[in-house]
Amino acid sequence: MGDNGKTERVLEGSEAVALAIKACRPGVISTYPISPQTHIVEALARMVVNGELESEYVRVESEFSAASVLAGASAAGSRSYTASTSQGLLLMTEVIYASAGMRLPFVITGVNRAVSAPISIQPDHQDAMSLRDSGIIQIYVESSQEAYDTHIAAFKIAEDPRIALPVMVCMDGWILTHSYERVRLVEQEEVDRFLPPFKPIHFLDVNDPKSWGPIADEDLYMEFRYAIHDAMQMGKKRIKEIFSEWADISGRDHGGLIEAYRTKDAEIVLIAMGSVAGTAKDAVDHLRTGGKKVGLIKIRCYRPFPYEDILKAIQDAKVVAVMEASFSMGSEGAIGLDLKAKLYGRSKTPVVIDMIAGLGGRVITRGTIYKIVEQVEKACESGAVPFEPYWMDLKPEVLP
Amino acid sequence: MKIALGGVVRGGTSLAYETGTWRDRKPIIDYDLCKGCGVCEEVCPDNVIHDVNGVYAIDYGYCKGCGLCAYECHVNAIEMIFEAK
Repeated sequence: MGDNGKTERVLEGSEAVALAIKACRPGVISTYPISPQTHIVEALARMVVNGELESEYVRVESEFSAASVLAGASAAGSRSYTASTSQGLLLMTEVIYASAGMRLPFVITGVNRAVSAPISIQPDHQDAMSLRDSGIIQIYVESSQEAYDTHIAAFKIAEDPRIALPVMVCMDGWILTHSYERVRLVEQEEVDRFLPPFKPIHFLDVNDPKSWGPIADEDLYMEFRYAIHDAMQMGKKRIKEIFSEWADISGRDHGGLIEAYRTKDAEIVLIAMGSVAGTAKDAVDHLRTGGKKVGLIKIRCYRPFPYEDILKAIQDAKVVAVMEASFSMGSEGAIGLDLKAKLYGRSKTPVVIDMIAGLGGRVITRGTIYKIVEQVEKACESGAVPFEPYWMDLKPEVLP
Repeated sequence: MKIALGGVVRGGTSLAYETGTWRDRKPIIDYDLCKGCGVCEEVCPDNVIHDVNGVYAIDYGYCKGCGLCAYECHVNAIEMIFEAK
């Protein structure tokens, strides 16, 4: 694939996201600062002030309001955007559920960060997982380049009339938002061709008054919920098409709903989401050189859950180690729960072992991943699949 | 009737939603006792009791069965009957 004469720059991840958003020409941007998301909206503010971006920039007094402004702007027919993280995403929760129900197609950057208490400003996926069941589409990225490309695709996915749902692009805080990487940008004309102006299905209009999602009790509520699920399931094909359409324009292909990395003939398959996938790929390469048949599935689109693609990629695996950067208290990690549910009752399924790793930003190195592989090999040899997930690098000696 | 994407409804269409389905008790007027004073019409929070050709009648399509009319009726002419669905 060629690079079609694209501009190449070294950018902070946040700046790359802001440039992607600028290229999408949002009519409304609502913002409320919270680390590690703030650099994105600061960069957008600079663009608006300098006259590089024509957009209604609304600084609100809380994330609840930031999400409410998005819902209103989107209902009024404007392409709209915000970014948040951690407690901020939790404060948006009520509005996100309502917006998905009202089928309002805005885009949020969900900068991943741990949730209190205690306070950790370091990355994990617990904040986005709190929105797992809301009806928002979630796409996780590995690099700043993927963040740039995915945000542009996200608006097209959200605004597709067959999907019509909000989309959250999830990127690990600090690791991606504050590190500098080489990022290739795409010309504005190309983005405009890929992403035409937003055409809302319904919009607020004084000459044709409407209400959004007023009431549907026991007689119709269930059908509205089913319609969201159906849009997600049917949308899988469309999301893949949009990704590949952008890949053709940008000359960069990050994969479909998942990226299967060296999974062909792999006996041990790791599953990961977000920036840790880069570390895991290096670890896989090293282990492969040592003769171990290891592969990686990077989940890009987490909601809708791409179980069809995952099952295909793990059909010959003996064991699957799911790396979870979040935890459902009193149960286990969310990805493992999803995957095991879809494997239930099938013939010849691999063993699935849940690996809780990186909560509160606990560093995951290649060494952590070698340990994970050792751990699952041991479990397989002994034939005892643990009911409880492993907590990687836990310090039992400091527990109260 | 098809549901609209996102539950979007046009203005002036609330009559299409028959809230009478919410009811578990139905007010029945005994016209032998009714004096036609109109208190029931005044207190009805859903505005479903009106004078129709000289008698007060309840629009059961929208009556939610709150029972205010029966409670306020000076001559106890309204009885609330449980409706099994």
